Amino acid sequence: MKQPEDNRYAKSHEYVHVEGGIATVGISDYAQKELGDVVFVELPQVGSQVEANEEFGNIESVKAASELFSPVTGEVVEINEELASRPELVNTDPYGDGWMLRVKLTSPEELDVLMTAEEYEEYVEKEAGK
Amino acid sequence: MSHAPSNEPLKRTPLFEACQEAGGRMIDFGGWELPVQFTGILEEHAAVRERAGLFDVSHMGEILVRGPQAEPFLQKCTCNDVAKLSDGRIHYTGLLYPTGGFVDDILIYRNSATDFFVVVNAANTPKDFAWFVEQSKGFDVEVVNASADYAQLALQGPLAEKLLQTLTPLNLADIKYYRFAKGEVCGVPAIVSRTGYTGEDGFEVYVAPAEAPAIYRRILADGKPLGVVPIGLGARDTLRLESKMALYGNDIDQDHTPLEADLGWIVRLEKGDFNGRDVLVAQKEKGLTRKLVGFEMVDRGIARHEYPVVEGGATVGVVTSGTHSPTLKKAIGLAYLPLRMCDVGTEFSVLVREKATKARVVATPFYKRAK
Repeated sequence: MKQPEDNRYAKSHEYVHVEGGIATVGISDYAQKELGDVVFVELPQVGSQVEANEEFGNIESVKAASELFSPVTGEVVEINEELASRPELVNTDPYGDGWMLRVKLTSPEELDVLMTAEEYEEYVEKEAGK
Repeated sequence: MSHAPSNEPLKRTPLFEACQEAGGRMIDFGGWELPVQFTGILEEHAAVRERAGLFDVSHMGEILVRGPQAEPFLQKCTCNDVAKLSDGRIHYTGLLYPTGGFVDDILIYRNSATDFFVVVNAANTPKDFAWFVEQSKGFDVEVVNASADYAQLALQGPLAEKLLQTLTPLNLADIKYYRFAKGEVCGVPAIVSRTGYTGEDGFEVYVAPAEAPAIYRRILADGKPLGVVPIGLGARDTLRLESKMALYGNDIDQDHTPLEADLGWIVRLEKGDFNGRDVLVAQKEKGLTRKLVGFEMVDRGIARHEYPVVEGGATVGVVTSGTHSPTLKKAIGLAYLPLRMCDVGTEFSVLVREKATKARVVATPFYKRAK
């Protein structure tokens, strides 16, 4: 899968898609492949605050547990409730139905330090080559 | 599997290329470069439970024990009763230290009363071999590390017999559970045993390394219409855990005895003296202080290897294996608990990411196939 062009990406493999000051956060296609079958996603409460580069939740695949880091700062205005019963959406549609959070941005300038799709693809190639 | 980090290059099995070609994602497993998965753990797990799957387990070690005193020697080193084996039979047993702890858990195949084929865990092979050699002093016995002479494939699942039967003149129906025969598979000499590490019916096939890739490819090609697929280490772990088969380095090690590991069925105290017997007798007389039990999570989350079991701020036990069970669709695991907490139904807390998370002792195995 090609990385969607209009997303921004973090080194910890989360993506952000911004529309009208609201950022949708999830994990990249590369990340879901690395994790393997996702069986459990732990997300924060609606109304809570997330901070850029801070942990906002956890994801468990059959194989391993990993932390989720927020690429942006703001208030959680919605979480993907569907993931509680269908965590596999993270694998099947990471950029669509497998999204995790919607965050009302308080510091939109944080987006500038995140990678573009092109930069992220290069980054992933290097990671994979290690 | 636990192992010390090392700068040595990763070892490859004779099936490395064949596994890569089949789409395997290779990882470092105890110093071996092996496939962790092909299409995905859940899919592969289901294939083995419903149809059949093919595993490369060539990393396993093979040690030959031969000579007039081969049987008394193995009696001394292990806790199961080697005298109960007859030609063509196999048993699971513990290779024990005098402390009662495990050097390894192994399979012993009896060719004859003076000729045994011992299958050991990959990462333990050098340790086991050295231990056997040291223990063999004073016995008229020869111990040979033949690991490099064998590749091993496992074909596991309800369709295993049907598929393998088309590739061998051996009558597989005659090879009952935990028995083996020698014959040809795909036209080359092989040892075929009805054994495995998945809880399903199935076979393990030992052949010369050079012959293994053609057999691996043939089984996958012929099995394709039946839905037979290659399986990686990820599903191997979920399959064995559902069936409560111990993993050395996780559930058993040198610090736990077979009785503590709930493997009393491989301990034959009546057979006479053996390494660790005194300790096991004392544990039987005085009672155990801790035991390995199966659990499932009550709260959401997965308790994994080495997560502590806590009670009132103190660590009272430890999780040895834990995963999401693809068959049961819930989080399961094994843990060493104080004996007072081992009854089925007892609830206890595991620290999952610094949070006390509730689990409950359940009966095992978690999964048992319909006969």
